[in-house]
Amino acid sequence: MRTTVAALLSKELTLEWRTRESVPAMVLFSIATYVVFHFGLDRDRITGDLAAGVLWVTLLFAAILGVNRLFVAEHEQGGFDAFLLAPVDRTALLVAKAAALFVFLCLVELVAVPAFALLLLGPPLAQALPQLVLVLVLADAGIAVVGTLVAGLAIQTRARDLIVPLLALPLLVPVLLAAARCATPLFAGGGARPLPGDWLAVLAIYDLLFALIAYAIFDFLLED
Amino acid sequence: MLTGAFALVFFYAPLDADQGFIQKIFYVHVPMALVALVGFMAGGVLAALHLRTRETKWDMRSYVTIHVSVILAVGVLVTGSIWARASWGHWWIWDEPMLVSFLIVFLLYATYWPLRFSIEDKDRQSRYASVFAIVAGAFVPLNFTAVRMAESFTHPETGTMTTSGPASVTLTFLASLLGMTLLFVTLCKYEMASKNATFRLRALRRRLAGDDDELALPGRSAAPQL
Amino acid sequence: MSTPAPALALRGAGRRYGDRAALRDVTLQLEAGRTLVVFGPNGAGKTTLLRMLATLLRPHAGEVRVLGHALPDGGWAVRGRIGFLGHEPLLYRELSGRENLRFHARLHRVAPRRVGEALDAVGMAARADDPVAELSRGMVQRLAIARAVLHEPDLLLLDEPLANLDPAAAARVAPLIGPGGGRTRVVTSHDPAGGLAGADLALGLKGGRVALLAPAGQVGPEQIGELYA
Repeated sequence: MRTTVAALLSKELTLEWRTRESVPAMVLFSIATYVVFHFGLDRDRITGDLAAGVLWVTLLFAAILGVNRLFVAEHEQGGFDAFLLAPVDRTALLVAKAAALFVFLCLVELVAVPAFALLLLGPPLAQALPQLVLVLVLADAGIAVVGTLVAGLAIQTRARDLIVPLLALPLLVPVLLAAARCATPLFAGGGARPLPGDWLAVLAIYDLLFALIAYAIFDFLLED
Repeated sequence: MLTGAFALVFFYAPLDADQGFIQKIFYVHVPMALVALVGFMAGGVLAALHLRTRETKWDMRSYVTIHVSVILAVGVLVTGSIWARASWGHWWIWDEPMLVSFLIVFLLYATYWPLRFSIEDKDRQSRYASVFAIVAGAFVPLNFTAVRMAESFTHPETGTMTTSGPASVTLTFLASLLGMTLLFVTLCKYEMASKNATFRLRALRRRLAGDDDELALPGRSAAPQL
Repeated sequence: MSTPAPALALRGAGRRYGDRAALRDVTLQLEAGRTLVVFGPNGAGKTTLLRMLATLLRPHAGEVRVLGHALPDGGWAVRGRIGFLGHEPLLYRELSGRENLRFHARLHRVAPRRVGEALDAVGMAARADDPVAELSRGMVQRLAIARAVLHEPDLLLLDEPLANLDPAAAARVAPLIGPGGGRTRVVTSHDPAGGLAGADLALGLKGGRVALLAPAGQVGPEQIGELYA
């Protein structure tokens, strides 16, 4: 299983590096959205819950872009067949794709979060950076798992680009909710306040629950 | 059976007419929401049974359960909106966790039909719909809890209203809950029987027309075929 | 001592596609090491049959046994022993031939040196590091063949394997995918004479049903022509 996931993941990352289809688009989208928010909100600097909300809504929509493209190469170039013909555990595809999406999200955040701090955020980013990273990691894990599931569901349908946001956005509301509530004290104007443990727990439970469900049912999406 | 369910729902409600119009909505709104929530989760469980046994009848049951639950969900949104208007003066409020979480759940399940319709192959349609139903069914309680946590400071618990009030309130509420459950089950049975009949009629018609291709199924549709 | 199980055993196999039956009531047996050639017009079900044997499609009716295992439940056991060449080369266009084959080698747990051997065998060693998108169709077909035989399968399922190949290339890949070597093969073909020549059993499909099933030696090209009428 591990070698299969490693083979799939390295293929994913190599392909993304060659084609640069997803990550740059997600980054550019994030930055463009910050600019839009600046004009829409008519604010130079934002703090607290507004900052948390803007950051997470933007990241969520950028993630949807990535989810849309997740299985496109397989679908168009017969990659599903190649994988289905191999004597491997099929859940490896879920793990590898979710891991790849997680990596893409992290790469996007490496640029988008500092950009956010530069363009919109009032308080300094460094005031709560380790805690923010923790929130990002937990939220990204949830987005990666649910995103992979939704991408898997949508890739075989005829209206893929519509189905993905329609399914993913409601499913990711708890992540958005919890992540925003976690980030709010970190972006507080008068200095960062501690992370709310209960909302971190919500993120963790969400991640665990959907990881287990995805692991159990992903195979059913692949067979024919 | 159906009349019995309706009678239960509406007969007990006027028992507490003295509490005012708002309270009566409460007896419909909350049980409807609870039954719909359970219905969505049941849809997920039935879908899991479909994936395990690969029998179409479970997909049919899952489909019908979700269908009726969505109808109830619309009812929840409508009655909740009326309640909000009567209690707080606005047609929509974000403070009511039941209302908010149902909006999200409704938006999610509204995709069930486009998803089914966009997959032509019947087997795959049923399989993918089942995957969706399981994910969505697990999502419903988690979503409700998260939204409840978010709004817990602003809205009084529904639970306290029923358990700490006078006995007649609790009794009426429980009766209404029972009535709503019966209504749900009746609607499900009705829809399943209707689909069964339609399918049998279609099969007979095909056989009558001399079409010996048993594997052929009519057109594209979002509903499972037996 | 009982006779060894046939490599392929189908009984009443069927598969529907939407509201149409792509395959109906297909019954045949193929002994190990033999070649089955499948003829039929487009849409007759040849590709469906091959994909079903490759465990990519579940049978909707009847019984299908491949290499002694019943499908679909036994699919996981035989997957590693099947080599499939379909219409799609199953190669990622942005990766090079070598990278694609290495990926398949890892999935099939095949030694890395096999990649080099396979590339040499199909004559693609020189262009192995160019992205597949830059290669001609004949070269892509050769890479696809290399992919299909990389893990030295016992059963080869070949959907028009010589498409896009010039005679020199076809001759070059013949040892890899041709009869001999103890491999069981199922090959689709539109060439009556050539197809029958390399085969032991001939199957003619029309409209998803078996229109012709006989030892290849007893079938004449004109019978094949009738399938297309």
